[in-house]
Amino acid sequence: MRHLPALLVATPLFAAFFMPLIGRAGQTARSLWVLLASVATSTVGLLLAWKVFTTGTVLYVFGAAAAGQALPMDSGGIPIRIIFEVDALSALMVVIASLSSLAVTLYSLVADSKSSGQDGFYSMLFLLVAGIFGMVSTGDLFNFFVFLEITSLSGAALVAFRIDKGVAVEAGLKYALLSTVGALSILIAIGILFGQYNALNIATLAARLQFTMLDKVALALLIVPLAMKCGAVPMHFWTPDAYSTAPSSITALLVVSSQASLYGLFRILFSLYGDVLQFSWLTFGWFLIILGVLSMFVGVTMAILQKDVKRLMAYHAVSQTGYMLLGVGVGLAVLGNREALDAYGRTAMAGGLFHILNHAMYKGLLFLTAGAIFYRTGTRNLNKLGGLGHTMPWTMVFFMIGALAIAGIPPFNGFASKLLIYESVFRFNPFLSIIAMIVSILTLASFVKVFHSMFMGAPKAEYAEAREVPKSMLIGMGFLAVIVVVTGLMPRPFIDHMITPAVNALVDRSDYIVAILGGK
Amino acid sequence: MIRLLWAFPFITVAILAVIGIDAMLFKRNLIKILMGLGLLEAAVNLFLVATGYRQSGIAPIFTNAPDAPQMVLPTVQALTLTSIVIGVATLAMMLSFTMIIYKKYGTVDSQQIRKLKG
Amino acid sequence: MNTVWTMTTGSGTWNPLLWLLAFAVALIVSLFIRSKGRKDYKVDSGQDMPFISGNDEPKNGGGHIPASNMYWGFLESMKGYYKRVVPLHTGVVTDYLIWFVGVMALTLVIGLMA
Repeated sequence: MRHLPALLVATPLFAAFFMPLIGRAGQTARSLWVLLASVATSTVGLLLAWKVFTTGTVLYVFGAAAAGQALPMDSGGIPIRIIFEVDALSALMVVIASLSSLAVTLYSLVADSKSSGQDGFYSMLFLLVAGIFGMVSTGDLFNFFVFLEITSLSGAALVAFRIDKGVAVEAGLKYALLSTVGALSILIAIGILFGQYNALNIATLAARLQFTMLDKVALALLIVPLAMKCGAVPMHFWTPDAYSTAPSSITALLVVSSQASLYGLFRILFSLYGDVLQFSWLTFGWFLIILGVLSMFVGVTMAILQKDVKRLMAYHAVSQTGYMLLGVGVGLAVLGNREALDAYGRTAMAGGLFHILNHAMYKGLLFLTAGAIFYRTGTRNLNKLGGLGHTMPWTMVFFMIGALAIAGIPPFNGFASKLLIYESVFRFNPFLSIIAMIVSILTLASFVKVFHSMFMGAPKAEYAEAREVPKSMLIGMGFLAVIVVVTGLMPRPFIDHMITPAVNALVDRSDYIVAILGGK
Repeated sequence: MIRLLWAFPFITVAILAVIGIDAMLFKRNLIKILMGLGLLEAAVNLFLVATGYRQSGIAPIFTNAPDAPQMVLPTVQALTLTSIVIGVATLAMMLSFTMIIYKKYGTVDSQQIRKLKG
Repeated sequence: MNTVWTMTTGSGTWNPLLWLLAFAVALIVSLFIRSKGRKDYKVDSGQDMPFISGNDEPKNGGGHIPASNMYWGFLESMKGYYKRVVPLHTGVVTDYLIWFVGVMALTLVIGLMA
C-alpha cells in the first residue's frame, strides 16, 4: 500500500512493454493480458484515490530511504528527488482516468479485435494511460513535461492508427505538431524557472517564486500550451480532426488526456503561481472566463452543422471544456475577495471540477456509442444513417442517457454540475450564465438531431443486418452509463467526498507546499 | 564588451527560435515545417544548457576534479538529454506520418492536405 | 434523506428524488389518460398507420429528413456568423500554429501588463 503511487505508473508501463512478447502467444493470451493489466491499473488507481480521500495528501519520493520522506537529511531542507504528490484534485483525476480506462479497454477488446497491429495498439494504449496517470500525480514540473510528451506522442500515434486512406494520419500529424510546439514552450518556461530559482519541484518553486518579469513570461508560456491541449478556442482546431479519425475507444481516452491538461492548467495557476498572482487574480480569472465563453459558444455552433457524428461530438467536447474553464475561472477571479469566494466562488469551482468528472463519463459513453454504430454500419455520415433504433436498442438507450446528460437534463449528472455553474456564475455576472444556458439548449438541439438521424425512422434496407453490438462493448458502455445515472441521482456524496476536498486543495494553496516542505 | 559575452548563447537561442518558428508558420512544404520544428528543439536545448553555465566552471564530475571555484549545473544537462531523446522520437514519428501522407495524398504541400476542415 | 440526496448550490437546493417523484406522478397521470382510449381498433389497417395528411407513407425510409436539412431555419438565421467563423477552420496545419502563436503573443502582453 505504501508504493501505490509508484505502482500507478509502473503497472501500465509494465503491461505496455510486455505486450509484444505476450502477443506472440496468440490473440487470446493478449486479450487476457490486456484485461488483467487494465483491471490491475484501475484497481491501483481507485485504491490510491480512496487512500487520499480518507487520509489526506499522499507523498511518494522516488529513490529515498522512506517513501514519505521528502526532505533528505543532508540537503538542508530542499527536496531533491522526484516526488509524486497526490492531493485531492490529483485523486479526482486519478478516479476519472481509472474508470475511463477500464471502460475503454473492455470496449476495445471487441471493437478492435479484427484489426491488425494489435500489439502496437494496446502497447500505446497503456502508454497513454501511464502518461495520464503520471501527469496528474506528479509534483515535479519537468516530470510533468515528460509525461505530457508521453501522452501526446502515444495519443498522436493512436489517432493515426487506422490509416484510413491517409485522413487519420493527417489528423495525427496535426495533433503531434501542435502538441510538440506546445511542449517545447513548456520546456522553455521550465528552463526559465529553474534558472532563476534552482528548483524543479512545484511546491519548492511555489515557495520561492517572486513575480519578476521572467516569471510572467514563464506563466504565459506555461498556460497557453496547456489551454491548447484541452481544446480551448481559438486553439481548438486540432480537436475535431483528431477525435473524429481516431478509433472510438481512443477518443474516449483522448478526452481524459485533455482533462489531464486542464488539471495541469489549474495546478499551475492555483498551486504554483497562486500566491504571487495576488493582484492579478481578476485578470487571469477573466482570461479563463473569456476562453471558456468562446469555447462554449464556438464549439456548439460549429457542432450543429456537422455531418460526421464523431466530429460533432468532438466540437461538443470543446464546448463542455468551456463550462469547466468558466466555472474555475469565476473561482479564480474572486479568489482575493473573501466573502464572494465563500458565497459563490467555491461553488463555481465545485461546479467546474464536478463537470470534469461528469464530462469524462458521458462524453466517453457518447463516443463509445458512436463507435458501436460505426462497428455495425461502417459509416459515420449522419445523412446516410437511419432507423437503427429497431435493431440496436441497447445502443439507443445508452446514447439517450449520454445525450440527456450532456444537455443538462435532470436527473442525470450533467444537470447537477451545470446547476452549480449556472447559479454561482449568475451571481458573478448574469450574462455569462445566460450564455451558458443558451449553449445548453443548443447542445440539446444538436443531440436531438443526431438521435433522429441515427435511430429514428423506418429501418433502412442497407442496414438490415446490423444487429446489436457484442456483449463486451455493451458492458463497457453500460459501466459508464451506470456511473452517469448514479452520479446524477446521488450527487451529494460525490460532491462532499471528492469535489469539495479538490476545491479546498486548489483554494487553500499552502497545503500543497506544506505537505512537502514541512510546517509553516 | 567582454562582460556582455554571457549574452551570446541566449541571443543565438533567440535567433534559432525565430528562424524555426518562421519556418513552421510560413513554409508550405511539410518537410520544411518539420525542419523548423527541429530548429526550435535545438534552440530550446541550447537554452537549457546555456542556463547551466557558470563562468570558468568545470564539468560536474567529482572524480579527479581539478581545483576550480565552481562546476556548471548538472541538472539542466539531464533535462537537455531527456529533451533531445523526446525530440528524436517525435521527429521520427512525424516524418513517418509525412511519408504515409505522401503515399496516400500524393503531395506534401500543407495547403493541399486539408481533407478535414469545417 | 436530506444530507445524502439533496445538493445545495449557493442559492438553492436540488433533490433528484423529488424530481423522480414528480416524473413518476406525471407518468402515472399520462398512463391513466392513455388507458382511457379505445381498444377496439383494427390492427395493421388504416386505423393504425401514421397520418400524413392522407398521403401514403414513403417506402424504404423516404420520409426521413437527412441530418443536414434538420436545422435549416437556425443555420439560415445565423448565416452572418457562420460566414465568418466556418472559413477560419481551414484544415491547414500552419494556420493552427499561427493561431497558437497569436494567442501566446496576446497572453504574453496580458501577462507582462498584469
